[in-house]
Amino acid sequence: MAQAGSTQDRAMVEQALVPVRIKRNNTMRLWHQNKYLWLMFLPCLLYYLIFRYAPMFGLVITFKDYNLFRGIWDSDWVGLKYYRMFLENPDFLLLMKNTFLLGVYNLVFGFPAPIVLALLLNEVKGMIFKRFVQTVSYLPHFISNVIVASMVIMFLSPTGGLINNMITALGFDSINFMINPGMFRGIYVLSEIWQHIGWETIIYLAALTSVDPQLYEAASIDGASRMRKLWHVTLPGISFAIVITLILNIGSVLEIGFEKVFLLQNPAIYETADIISTYVYRVGLQQGNFSYGASIDLFMGIISLIFIYSANFISRRVSETSLW
Amino acid sequence: MRTPRFSLFHAGSAVVLLFVVVVTLYPFLHMLAVSLSGDIYVMKNEVTIWPKGLNFKMYEIVLGDSKMWTAFNNTLLYTSLGTLIAIIITSMGAYALSRKHMAFRKQLTMMIVFTMFFSGGMIPTFLVVRSLGFVDTLWGMVLPGAVSTWNLILMRTFFAGIPKELEESGRMDGLNDIGIFFRIFVPLSKASFATIALFYAVGLWNNFIFPLLYLRSPDLFPLQVLLRNLVLAGSVSSGEVTRIGGDNQIVEESLKYATIMVSSLPILIVYPFIQKYFVKGAMIGAVKG
Repeated sequence: MAQAGSTQDRAMVEQALVPVRIKRNNTMRLWHQNKYLWLMFLPCLLYYLIFRYAPMFGLVITFKDYNLFRGIWDSDWVGLKYYRMFLENPDFLLLMKNTFLLGVYNLVFGFPAPIVLALLLNEVKGMIFKRFVQTVSYLPHFISNVIVASMVIMFLSPTGGLINNMITALGFDSINFMINPGMFRGIYVLSEIWQHIGWETIIYLAALTSVDPQLYEAASIDGASRMRKLWHVTLPGISFAIVITLILNIGSVLEIGFEKVFLLQNPAIYETADIISTYVYRVGLQQGNFSYGASIDLFMGIISLIFIYSANFISRRVSETSLW
Repeated sequence: MRTPRFSLFHAGSAVVLLFVVVVTLYPFLHMLAVSLSGDIYVMKNEVTIWPKGLNFKMYEIVLGDSKMWTAFNNTLLYTSLGTLIAIIITSMGAYALSRKHMAFRKQLTMMIVFTMFFSGGMIPTFLVVRSLGFVDTLWGMVLPGAVSTWNLILMRTFFAGIPKELEESGRMDGLNDIGIFFRIFVPLSKASFATIALFYAVGLWNNFIFPLLYLRSPDLFPLQVLLRNLVLAGSVSSGEVTRIGGDNQIVEESLKYATIMVSSLPILIVYPFIQKYFVKGAMIGAVKG
C-alpha cells in the first residue's frame, strides 16, 4: 500500500512538475529570443508609461481636492464634486457649444477643400505647373501656429492691416475683425484651410495614382464626359482614402488644436472663441484649479472617444471601411 | 482618346490653382515688402508686394536684439537635442515592434495606439512633468514629446517592408537584433530616418504649447514664445508707432513683420530642398491608410 501510494505520489508530483519545467523553459527561451528587442523597446516603453500612461492614472485627481503642496496621495477625496461643479456651471454649455461648433465648421469646410484641390491638381497636364502648385501649397503647413496667428491678427488689424487696407480701398469702413465674436469661427476655419489644404491633398493624390488608367479609357470609349469620369471613376477610386480621412476627422472633431485658438482669442470674443482646452489651460492650470480643469478635460476626452468609436462603427456598417 | 481642346474646365481649374498659389505666397511677399520699406510708405499703406524706399533698418533692430539671439539659440538647442533623442527612441522602438518574432508585440502596439485616442490631458501631464522636476528645464522641452505615435507607426511600417532575407543574413553572420538594426537597417533606411527626423525637427522648432506650459524663466524661452510676446501681446489695441530708445521712431508694423520674417526664414529657406522628404513620409502613411 505504502509503495503503491508513493509511486502514485511520485507520478502526481512529476505530473505537477512537468508544466512548471516547460513553463520555465519557455520563459527562458522567451527571454533569450527577445532580450535584445525588449532592450531596444525599453526607452519607448518608459516614455509611454511616464508621459502617456502616468497622466491617465493622474486623472484620479478629478475625484480629489488636489493641492500642489499636499500632492496626489494626501489630498482629500471629494467624489464627484468637480464634475457636479462644471455640469452646474452655465459657462460649461457655452464652452461645449463653442468647441463643438468650431470643430463641426472646421470639418464641414475643411474636409472637402483638400479633396477638391487634389481633383483639380489631378486634371493638370503640365507636370512643372503641378509640382509648383503642390510645393507652394504645402508650405504653410510648416509655418508655426504662432506665425500664422500673428499674420492673421496683423492682416485683419483695423489700423493698416492688409485686409482692411483692401476694404478701405474699396470705399468701405474698416472692420475690427478680432473683437467681433461673430467672426471668430470663420477666421479660424479659413486660417486652418489656408494652412493645411495643400498638405492634406497628399493622401488623395497618392490614392489617385492607384486608379487604373484603363478605367478612364473604357469610360472614354463609352462616351463619358469629363464630369462623368470624375464622378464614376475618380471618386470611387479614392473613396477608401476619403472614408478613412472622414472617420479620423469626425473622431477628432472635438480635438481642436489648442495652440491656434489660444493665440487667436482675446477676452472680447470669449463668447465664441473660448473652447474647452483653452478654458482648461486658463482656469485649470493658470488659476490653479487643477482638479476642476482635469475633470472637464477627462469628460471631453471620454466624449471624444465615444465620437471616434461611433464614427468607426458606423463606417464599418455602411461602407465596410474602418480603422480597426 | 480625343485630343484635349481648350476647355472651360481646364481654364477654370488653372484659375483656381493660381488663386491658391497667390493666396499662399502673397502674405509672405507682403510682409517682406513692408519690413523692407521706408516708414512713410508703410504709414500711408502704400506698400503691397514690392518694397518702397528700401531699407534694412528693421532687420538691424531685430538682429541687434540680444533677446532674439538668446531665443534663437534656445530653439536651436531644443530642436537639435530633441530631434536626436526622439529619433533614437522612435527608431529603436519602431524596429522592435516591426519584428514579427518579438513577444508581446501585439499587446505593446495596442498599448501605444490607444494613446492616439485617449490621453490624460493637459493638467495631469503637467503634474507628471512637474513631479519629475522638468519644469523650467531643457528636459521639459525635449522629453514629454520624445515619441510621436504617428511617427513611430510610420517607421514601424517602413521597417516591416525591408526584406526578411537581410535580417536572416545578418543572423547567419552572428549578429544579434541590436547589431542587425545598427549594421543593416540603419544604413538602409537613411532616407526614412531623414524624413522622420525632419518631422520631429519642424514640430520642435514650431512648438509653442510646451514652453507655454513648462517654462517660466525668460532666459529659456524659445523663438516662438518671444515672437508671440513681441507680436501678439497687446496687439489688439496697439498703436501705430513705438519708440525704441532715443528718438528712433519706428513703425511697429514693419518691425513685427521683420521679426516674423527672421524667425520663419530658416524654414522658408530650407523648405524647397527638404520638401520631398516630407511628402515621402506622408506617402508612407497614406499607403497604409
